Amino acid sequence: MSEPLLRATNLVKEFPIMGTGGLLRRPATFRAVDDVSFEIRAGETLALVGESGSGKSTTARLAARLLDVTSGTVELDGEDVTGLGRSELRRFRSEVQVVFQDPFSSLNPRHTVERIVTAPLTYQQRTVPGGARAFTRSLMERVGLDPDHSQKYPAQFSGGQAQRIGIARALAVGPRVVVCDEAVSALDVSVQAQVINLLRDLQREEGLTYLFIAHDLAVVRQIATRVAVMTQGQIVEEGDRDSVFGAPRHEYTRKLLDAVPRIRPEWERQRRANAARSAGAPA
Amino acid sequence: MTATTSDALLEVRDLTVTFQTPRGPLDAVRSLDLDLEPGGALGIVGESGSGKSMTSLAIMGLQPRAARRTGSVRLLGRELVGMSEPDLRRVRGDRVAMVFQDPLSSLNPYYTVGLQIEEAYRAHRPGVTRREARRVAVEALERVHIRDAARRVNHYPHQFSGGMRQRVMIAMALSTEPELLIADEPTTALDVTVQAQILDLLQEIRRETGTGLVLITHDLAVVSEITDHIVVMKDGVCVERGPVERIFTRPQHPYTRALLDAVPRIDDEIGELRAVTPGSAVVPDQVVPTNGGPA
Repeated sequence: MSEPLLRATNLVKEFPIMGTGGLLRRPATFRAVDDVSFEIRAGETLALVGESGSGKSTTARLAARLLDVTSGTVELDGEDVTGLGRSELRRFRSEVQVVFQDPFSSLNPRHTVERIVTAPLTYQQRTVPGGARAFTRSLMERVGLDPDHSQKYPAQFSGGQAQRIGIARALAVGPRVVVCDEAVSALDVSVQAQVINLLRDLQREEGLTYLFIAHDLAVVRQIATRVAVMTQGQIVEEGDRDSVFGAPRHEYTRKLLDAVPRIRPEWERQRRANAARSAGAPA
Repeated sequence: MTATTSDALLEVRDLTVTFQTPRGPLDAVRSLDLDLEPGGALGIVGESGSGKSMTSLAIMGLQPRAARRTGSVRLLGRELVGMSEPDLRRVRGDRVAMVFQDPLSSLNPYYTVGLQIEEAYRAHRPGVTRREARRVAVEALERVHIRDAARRVNHYPHQFSGGMRQRVMIAMALSTEPELLIADEPTTALDVTVQAQILDLLQEIRRETGTGLVLITHDLAVVSEITDHIVVMKDGVCVERGPVERIFTRPQHPYTRALLDAVPRIDDEIGELRAVTPGSAVVPDQVVPTNGGPA
């Protein structure tokens, strides 16, 4: 069995509760992440699912080193990265990148696509391979955007396209791990399917590893290799996608799965059969 | 009062909502027809920019001031288009009630939920005593299964969770026993387990009170569970309509088919999304408003 690429061990994150501290008194704390451990092997997708307040996004931010842990460790490729300082974090950031939920609020509206997607390299004081223009064009092609639009601004793109820019920016530094924090949640269903397929294609072609944070279980079913279910700061169940969806062991997982609205399977079967018949080909 | 022979609860004909833009008129909703029988449930589905929310506002005459609304909206035979504002206000909240996506922004944070339900009720039932209105408020909260309602009426909105707030909104909407409830993305902001509870509640209310329901949502699985007729909208136009089973088993319009193909499924044994490919003519990735005016 290969070593995991990303490993989180006993992660804890506590936040002070506002207004409870004093001059000499330490504030009371809220434990958002409570002893969470997981591993992701290279080329896999671990989905962290849960409802609001479950701690899934905080866990993702700890793993991406956007937040400092209260205790616990994060290891990348066997190396403890929990205590990295500023300059060492730069190296970490070229390995682990994040795609956020709302593409528009995470893209600078006054910068062109070219400036946005080359910014991570600039911050890391790396030269842009092949020059900014050519580099941007090739990145845009990889994420399915028209490279002729490299001088446009985020507002000139639709939500799905803007999220592709966010993905392009994450890919710019050539990361091995991409943390997707509700990366497709704000998108319309037809656009969402395109972005999910893009993420899957990128994984297949380039061997990317994903930590995929989502509340939508149907989306998770489409993209995850493994699934970890979180509630109240803890992982209550973890396993291969099909075993978690097919034979959930924890009561909370079952409750979560039961609550998902579904199109009746018999309708779905009929629709596919009808579609296949009218197309004259198997669906 | 203009009565007609029709016994439809809601009959919308040729509803058009037009905005004047620097580039000319733009139809947010164009020539839309809707029909709902008493006690029926109609789902309006579409993606962002499809005009589904503008439709719900326009039914109630709540479209933005800059918009022009034409066509006909008949509620129990009464024409709402062209009705005077005071008359319209009487209809709204009394015969028709609305529930929106975000209950927190629909509730006043400074008043207890009880007071807000009472106010809404008394506005439509002049002469009702405070004591009577309070009784209605408590009953309304009980009907949406808020436990300990007699105590909870004295609580402020922030003391309720998101799902409970949406229950409060539904309670307020139902306090006047309207014939029609318009729910615009009522569960979109809620967690999935809470969503399931609210959808169950809407079903139960429909079953027990016979209130008609117009449900506006982007979520095909949600409409498939709780409505019996569906209208699929795109770019302000209805592209397909029909009984829910027919739409889900034999969709006719390419857009409806594409939409159904794109829905990620939780119980999909295939596990592969048959997404609409980027640049496909059917569902453009581009959702930026088109330059033009109406066709």
